[in-house]
Amino acid sequence: MSFVVYVPCDSSAISLGANRVAAAIIQEAQKRGIAIELVRNGSRGLFWLEPMVEVETSAGRIAYGPVQVTDVASLFGANFLEGGAHALALGHTEELSYLKKQQRLTFARCGKTDPVNLDDYIKNDGYCGLSNALKMAPHDIVKAVTDSGLRGRGGAAFPTGIKWNTVLNTPSEQKYIICNADEGDSGTFSDRMIMEGDPFVLIEGMTIAGIAVGATQGYIYLRVEYPHAHKALNSAIEKAYEAGYLGDDVLGSGKAFHLEVRLGAGAYICGEETSLMESLEGKRGLVRFKPPLPAISGLFGKPTVVNNVISLASVPIILDKGGDYYRDFGMGRSRGTLPLQLAGNIKQAGLVELAFGITLRELLYDFGGGSASGRPIKAVQVGGPLGAYLPESQFDTPLDYEAFAAIWAVLGHGGVVVFDDTADMATMARYSMEFCAIESCGKCTPCRIGSTRGTEVMDEIIEGHDLSKNIPLLRDLCNTLLNGSLCALGGMTPYPVLSALNHFPEDFGINDKADAA
Amino acid sequence: MTEPHSMQVTVQEITTALKDKPGALLPILHAIQDTVGYIPTVCVPQIAGALNLSRAEVHGVISFYHYFRDTPPGKHTIHLCRAESCQSMGGKSLESYVKTKLGIDFHETTADGKYSLEPVYCLGNCACSPAMQIDEEIYGRVSEKTFDSTLTDLENLA
Ligand SMILES: Cc1cc2nc3c(=O)[nH]c(=O)nc-3n(C[C@H](O)[C@H](O)[C@H](O)COP(=O)(O)O)c2cc1C
Ligand code: SF4
Ligand code: FES
Repeated sequence: MSFVVYVPCDSSAISLGANRVAAAIIQEAQKRGIAIELVRNGSRGLFWLEPMVEVETSAGRIAYGPVQVTDVASLFGANFLEGGAHALALGHTEELSYLKKQQRLTFARCGKTDPVNLDDYIKNDGYCGLSNALKMAPHDIVKAVTDSGLRGRGGAAFPTGIKWNTVLNTPSEQKYIICNADEGDSGTFSDRMIMEGDPFVLIEGMTIAGIAVGATQGYIYLRVEYPHAHKALNSAIEKAYEAGYLGDDVLGSGKAFHLEVRLGAGAYICGEETSLMESLEGKRGLVRFKPPLPAISGLFGKPTVVNNVISLASVPIILDKGGDYYRDFGMGRSRGTLPLQLAGNIKQAGLVELAFGITLRELLYDFGGGSASGRPIKAVQVGGPLGAYLPESQFDTPLDYEAFAAIWAVLGHGGVVVFDDTADMATMARYSMEFCAIESCGKCTPCRIGSTRGTEVMDEIIEGHDLSKNIPLLRDLCNTLLNGSLCALGGMTPYPVLSALNHFPEDFGINDKADAA
Repeated sequence: MTEPHSMQVTVQEITTALKDKPGALLPILHAIQDTVGYIPTVCVPQIAGALNLSRAEVHGVISFYHYFRDTPPGKHTIHLCRAESCQSMGGKSLESYVKTKLGIDFHETTADGKYSLEPVYCLGNCACSPAMQIDEEIYGRVSEKTFDSTLTDLENLA
């Protein structure tokens, strides 16, 4: 019998040396004449411990981390293959408090299994949702998703079941399922982790969506910045075809579902669903006017479901355990779990999947352990580049769509970027304007011109020029963007800009809060 | 880099293989950039012809997307993350260091043709900021020191 060793293939783990560690472990085992089976699992999402190596023992999985190549010989020396004591030993993986305190539904398998091993997926409850769905009538599948209370995790939080219902009820000889895997928000990586760490769950979710609404073709629109996810998805799709989980006759049901990955090309706006569809059609990613809704006239003019990776990857467990099971997690109208991503200047950065309702403060300190620099946390940007900056005084806000809306903030895709007290919020506001200018699709004037103008005004403010004129000018520009933009790129850039100004006026050279008005 | 003649053949092969896919233009452009390193302006008429598009349409698509380039890249392309999470961990000073070290700005290539420098807005490696990608390799918690040693490793490999 050989020892089983796990070294993550997740790109963040690789960025910290996981491939070199894996090679060193193989080499050291050979040198010592020990038979090992090395599995490249996904990441558990405890990135300060990556590369985190796990070994399978009779008492369960034991973790070691962060492991560097230079630690490998001493790990063997300490008999880590049988869970031996070592300075890097972390104990039982499942008992690590960061993991134990989470409610992992969507990420249940991520980090446990070999991502591209279909047998491993099936052994760990994979494809139970699809097998149930195949026994149900389409409107019952849609009803289960509606009952679960699942709202889109891509940012807009629109109820997934309602979207599916529209597509189901729009007759057409061709319909599409699109997975939005453009994940452009800074501070987010949950889509990437699922695609690299458990790609079959996304494939299963999309297949269920196709069966539910009567779509036979799916596309995953993947950002080009994710080469590892690309490989994992293609390998998993190939295996799903070979085993009959994809194709003209999914598991002998007589129903077809085909799936293909398409790559984006470095345009943030192509994460907006109509721009994404233009891009898939081979055009520039100009945002479309709505209506028509994509659910009625979407890709190539056909009814189309567009959902985020996490929305779709949450569907299998809903169909497996039932809408009520999922719905029992959460608070208010935010049901189920949200995979939060703790990033930036934070000691324990990682993936934290929790039922809605925990406060930002608990997340930052109980999970995150405070800033990485050890300095006070000054501000937190939640929900990507179009999300507001929150000051300390708002850290007790529960993570809930409505509670965030009430303080003029958003949860978005669940990214949480932490800044310590060395951050200058005027610089961050300038960056938001600049980002909008760089990424604007150019279709509407407020966004195209206003963001460039906004960058210039921020330059003036940072230089301390004529604040009594430039601060009101900045507010005016923000109002124009808020009210006159076709999509949320222009329409929400004022969130980070104005929240920075309102909560941190001193960084804009305003020492009396009344002057900031 | 590929010779002009063989490049035309390559582009022809790629367009023929992919042109019947729905929404074929992006897959074609990716395949060309993957093989040739960039999308030479001379092959725009060829692509346009195969897809029944105008040259202006094809050109418009190439220029819309930040990732596509119409000039040859250096031997290695460095994508340095400029987005918020990386800024929170010192990304801006790393950016100035990298630019000074290479003696180029974003969207430029070093005179010796070794490195091209491109900005990127998030690599999904925000739990290990600041981050960069060189060719297909991704790097996390990049410091001035690890940036230097990474370049040294690349040069020793060559
Ligand atoms: C500028 C902009 C960028 C967006 N980027 C993404 C993205 O990267 N991923 C995503 O899932 N949704 C993104 N969205 C939201 C999509 O338009 C759309 O609401 C979402 O894909 C729907 O899926 P969901 O209901 O499952 O969230 C973006 C929206 C805007 C305005
Ligand atoms: S707001 Fe900006 S990105 Fe959105 S449609 Fe208008 S120009 Fe395009
Ligand atoms: S912000 Fe730099 S990797 Fe995400």
